[in-house]
Amino acid sequence: MTAQRSTSRDLALIAIFAGVMAALGLVPAIYLPLTPVPITAQSFGVMLTGAILGGRRAAASMTLFLGLVAIGLPLLAGGRGTIGVFAGPSVGFLLGWIVVAWLIGVLTARAGAPYRLPAGIGINLLGGVIVLYAFGIVGMLLRTQMTVPAAVLANAPYIPGDIVKAVLAAVIAKGVHTAYPGLLRVRRPARARA
Amino acid sequence: MRSLGLYVPGDSFLHRAPAGAKLLVLLVFGVATVFLNQWPGVTVALVVVLGLYAWARIGWRMLFAQIRPLWALLLFVAVFHTWVSGPVRAYEVLGALIALVLAAALVTLTSPVSAMVDAVVAAARPLRRLGADPERIGLMLTLGIRCVPLMAVLVREVSEAQWARGAQRSVRAFAVPLIVRALRQADALGESLVARGVDD
Repeated sequence: MTAQRSTSRDLALIAIFAGVMAALGLVPAIYLPLTPVPITAQSFGVMLTGAILGGRRAAASMTLFLGLVAIGLPLLAGGRGTIGVFAGPSVGFLLGWIVVAWLIGVLTARAGAPYRLPAGIGINLLGGVIVLYAFGIVGMLLRTQMTVPAAVLANAPYIPGDIVKAVLAAVIAKGVHTAYPGLLRVRRPARARA
Repeated sequence: MRSLGLYVPGDSFLHRAPAGAKLLVLLVFGVATVFLNQWPGVTVALVVVLGLYAWARIGWRMLFAQIRPLWALLLFVAVFHTWVSGPVRAYEVLGALIALVLAAALVTLTSPVSAMVDAVVAAARPLRRLGADPERIGLMLTLGIRCVPLMAVLVREVSEAQWARGAQRSVRAFAVPLIVRALRQADALGESLVARGVDD
């Protein structure tokens, strides 16, 4: 999708994180006290992929994952799949995943190593909640021809869960970047080592 | 083999039609539903789609399975449109939506995953001039398909390790080792791709 060529390690990371998204679809929903809406792990996976792979690879990984769904693998949470989901009311969220993973990736890479939790949470909230819901609601408006307030109301119950997921994704990303350094460039006097 | 993919085996005309042709027809149908947004057109679209399901010998159960995840939202949309602009409008909006969702699902249900991969690669071939690399797209799709069971195994290993340590309630104690293992797996996969000459 971009003119820039990827190395084979990039290809491997892109494919593996498409697999991570699929695996997160198998994780049973978590119920939190006070919220009736179950939290599924996949929108968490979008933020996590962005926060770990960086913009270009994360966007490619989400594109690959959605491609696998389109060609018939039942990988969306609850075993959903087929091209049908791209004709459904959630299409905005699905396509938004690509943009959100890219955005979170670019911003996280710009913030650089070491991964800082407050910045990470802020980036995840911006991408995984504000931008994602903008895409989701526009998609729903186009597919169901509701008014904006009605579409917002239909999605409102999911927002608290996604805020929790944004925080959780940042906590996990910090743990991963600590245990597996080298994915983010250290922001020090530029280009100390080539 | 029903372990991977949503393909429903069969030998109807739809099953035997090439996946690329089905995708093209779906595209035309998708454009058509934008214009067929009055109730007679929507009814025709629904009848055609239901007829195609019968022709492909795909049962009611499979048909409803395509819509079931949407029911709460569809109900909300139905109530909204009935309230704002009447039941006819609600029927038109929902009918067009359901017809297209079912039609798209039918393409996947009647095409094996391998045929879909080939169709995607073939469709990307004319885009080569725009910088697309069809063979690489095919490679990525097959790699991605392989990574699904690979990650399922990692999930099981990590959750067993977590149980053994008695930390089964912590999301962090599950996700961090899982992702770190995934990254190591990607390193190994990257090296094996280099060894097979997929590098530049």
